[in-house]
Amino acid sequence: MKVRGMLAGVVAIAMAASACGGGGSSSKSKIFTFANIEPEHLIPGNTNDAYGLNVEDALFDTLMRLDANGKPVPEEAASVATTDQKVWTIKIKPGLTFHNGEPVTAQSYADAWNATADATNAWGNNYYLSTIDGYTDLNPDKGKPKTHTLKGLKVVDPQTLQVTLSQPFSQFPYVLSFLGTAPLPKAAFTDLKAYEQKPIGNGPFMMDGSWEHNRQIKLKKFPGYKGPRPAKSDGVIFKTYASLDAAYTDLLAGNVDIDTQIPAAKVPEAKRLLGKRYLSVPSGTMDFLEFPLYDSRFDNPDLRKAISMAIDRQAIVNAVYNGVFKPTGSLLAPIVPGYRATACGVACTYNPQQAKQLFTKAGGFKGTLHLMFSNADPTYEQWMTDVANQLKQNLGIANITFDKVQASDYITKLTDHKATGPYRSNWTMDYPSPEDYLTPRCSKPSRSGYDGTACEALIMKGNAAKTPEEGQQYYQQAEDLVLKDMPITPLWNWQEQAGYSSHIGNVHADPYVNPLVHLDQVTVK
Amino acid sequence: MWRYVVRRLLQMVPVLIGTTLLIYLAVFALPGDPIRVLGGDKPMPPAVYNALRHHYHLDEPLIVQYGKYLWGLVHGDFGQTLSGQAVSDVLKTDWSVTARLALTAWIFEMVVGIALGVWAGRRKGGVADTVVLSGTTMVIAIPTFVLAYSAQLLFGLKLGWFPTAGTDDGWPYSYLLPGIVLGSANLAYVARLTRTSLVENFRSDYVRTAVAKGLSRRRVLVRHTLRNSLIPVVTFLGIDLGSLMAGTIVIEGIFNLPGIGGQIFNAIQIKDGPTVVGIATLLVLVYLFANLVVDILYGVLDPRIRYE
Repeated sequence: MKVRGMLAGVVAIAMAASACGGGGSSSKSKIFTFANIEPEHLIPGNTNDAYGLNVEDALFDTLMRLDANGKPVPEEAASVATTDQKVWTIKIKPGLTFHNGEPVTAQSYADAWNATADATNAWGNNYYLSTIDGYTDLNPDKGKPKTHTLKGLKVVDPQTLQVTLSQPFSQFPYVLSFLGTAPLPKAAFTDLKAYEQKPIGNGPFMMDGSWEHNRQIKLKKFPGYKGPRPAKSDGVIFKTYASLDAAYTDLLAGNVDIDTQIPAAKVPEAKRLLGKRYLSVPSGTMDFLEFPLYDSRFDNPDLRKAISMAIDRQAIVNAVYNGVFKPTGSLLAPIVPGYRATACGVACTYNPQQAKQLFTKAGGFKGTLHLMFSNADPTYEQWMTDVANQLKQNLGIANITFDKVQASDYITKLTDHKATGPYRSNWTMDYPSPEDYLTPRCSKPSRSGYDGTACEALIMKGNAAKTPEEGQQYYQQAEDLVLKDMPITPLWNWQEQAGYSSHIGNVHADPYVNPLVHLDQVTVK
Repeated sequence: MWRYVVRRLLQMVPVLIGTTLLIYLAVFALPGDPIRVLGGDKPMPPAVYNALRHHYHLDEPLIVQYGKYLWGLVHGDFGQTLSGQAVSDVLKTDWSVTARLALTAWIFEMVVGIALGVWAGRRKGGVADTVVLSGTTMVIAIPTFVLAYSAQLLFGLKLGWFPTAGTDDGWPYSYLLPGIVLGSANLAYVARLTRTSLVENFRSDYVRTAVAKGLSRRRVLVRHTLRNSLIPVVTFLGIDLGSLMAGTIVIEGIFNLPGIGGQIFNAIQIKDGPTVVGIATLLVLVYLFANLVVDILYGVLDPRIRYE
């Protein structure tokens, strides 16, 4: 205690000298802290990393948002109507403003979307607007774009935006709930670089000072907010952490109020120490094992099924992820409407005898089997080692080696069809629609070399369907088709582990919001 | 002496150009495509891909890329990170954190290390000598990350004497615990180096003369022996300042200090050339300056050493 007194003295002097109180929350203002990792971007059209989206969830509102069941409901929109799934008329609620007082109009959305779809800006969410008519004019395969505005966007009046798509797309309201489609104020376009350091949004919180890189992002309550989710606290500070372990330690020490990324290895300890303040949140993220179909040794679907059936998913999840991830037999995450737990059936169920029979029937496997993954996370190698052991034991494949690839090279190798064997594949959810999960499996160019023409046709039918039920039916047929051909086998669905401090309350977990908890609802004691 | 310093400074220019080129080539030789990493598992339209490649000059030959980088450097422009931030801004914020951490560790290892060395070296084989010898052996044997996690758990979380992580409490409070952990291994070397050097010099003729003259033990130690014995220690400390800055990555990660260690690690992972070269170049500069200062200090410690 002596040391502490001495140090406290030093700190008092240091703080008086710098007149900087740090990020601690004082007793007067009701501000809480959220453990985050340094975002890549803070302009919605350019942000597709989870940490940037966490901050933008507090800063921006979109036309739609997702309700507790993952269904799109209006947020800034008064109504979203269509008769043919192709021409959409969007009415925006009157009286909404940005943090600087500028009204949110149809033009704010049109400006933001034009900038996002414009290849010259090269923004990260460019692809999400590819369904809008005129997108290809802004994104020619070669050369510079001829125009910088989307033909399919029409500002009818300040409160009405008419969007024409190039093809019917029933899932468009989901896209409208994605933060990448948030509006931008006029002020953004005078200097986008400066804007990104202090974004002016239309959400329940506004910037309090500039983005302090690698340290924190301070937000305060937006007093002029008129949307459906007003803030119940005075502000939130996104504290930047270098690692998930450091964030977790700080949560235990009481230095940060919410941590939604507790590492799987710490789960038993977190449950014990946090008690009711520990939350397990379902996730939309999936891990797959994908096969390089361009390698003739993996031509036979029976061989791929045999490998799939020889993997004991539950045992691996128990050993590597403390049993928190959920083994799955579907290409969709359980939180996606239309998910069927047993979509894959026996082909994704552990059955060593049948796997061996199928393997023999398919003619076995000649040569060395390479298993490929990136070095981005040490757990990949751990579970691949388990997969290798199970394949050796259950199928009798004698020679199995690992191909551990530099993270910076992994995606390039997969895109260029240079995989040496079955490899780790991963998908994070953009919006809870089967379409979001299935399109990348079937569309061209395909990473696995799978010919998804038939599957793509079914997805198109689902996209054009008049009712969600009708659409669902086509998406399920598409999923069945992919699982039957098995260019990819589902392994497990992630779970997020969150914890919060006793300093805050009203913490509601929700897998459909980016920060996994409703930041607007959090109260500070 | 000033001519000597100017000459050394001028020599740094070709060294710097050489190292930037080497590092640039090394990053370029890393496998992979940084733009594909940016896209990750999400589809990236070819038009966007091409625009990004053009923006970062990746569609040009290596020598042109490097030329443009050097040209920018001459104008004080360190280039852009792959998330569009100016590298100079990154350097400013991150370097100040790493510099504070390294300096804290350095001051700790210098003060405590030399003190322990003197304490042990006064009497060879004495109690102090044995204590320091076994203590430092222990510290050297424990890996830094074990020491870091244990210190964080004990002094940060359980006892609450120090902040567990982050820089919220500013310098020095936030940097004390990580600085002590970072400096502890090298502290052992400083202590042993001081001790050995002292023990050796105590046996030399001029010390015997000093003792024979009837000088007090204290005066013999401080005026005659210690100053001479510090030459190898100063050499070590000078070079160590550079390696402390380059070696902070583990400590920065555990104590969540946003310094250059984590930054350069991430940059190498995603093949972010301008960031890697910027940070590494400054590291080289620190080494060069530390070496120069050490060379000048030799003359201060031992007047026989002259500079042409």
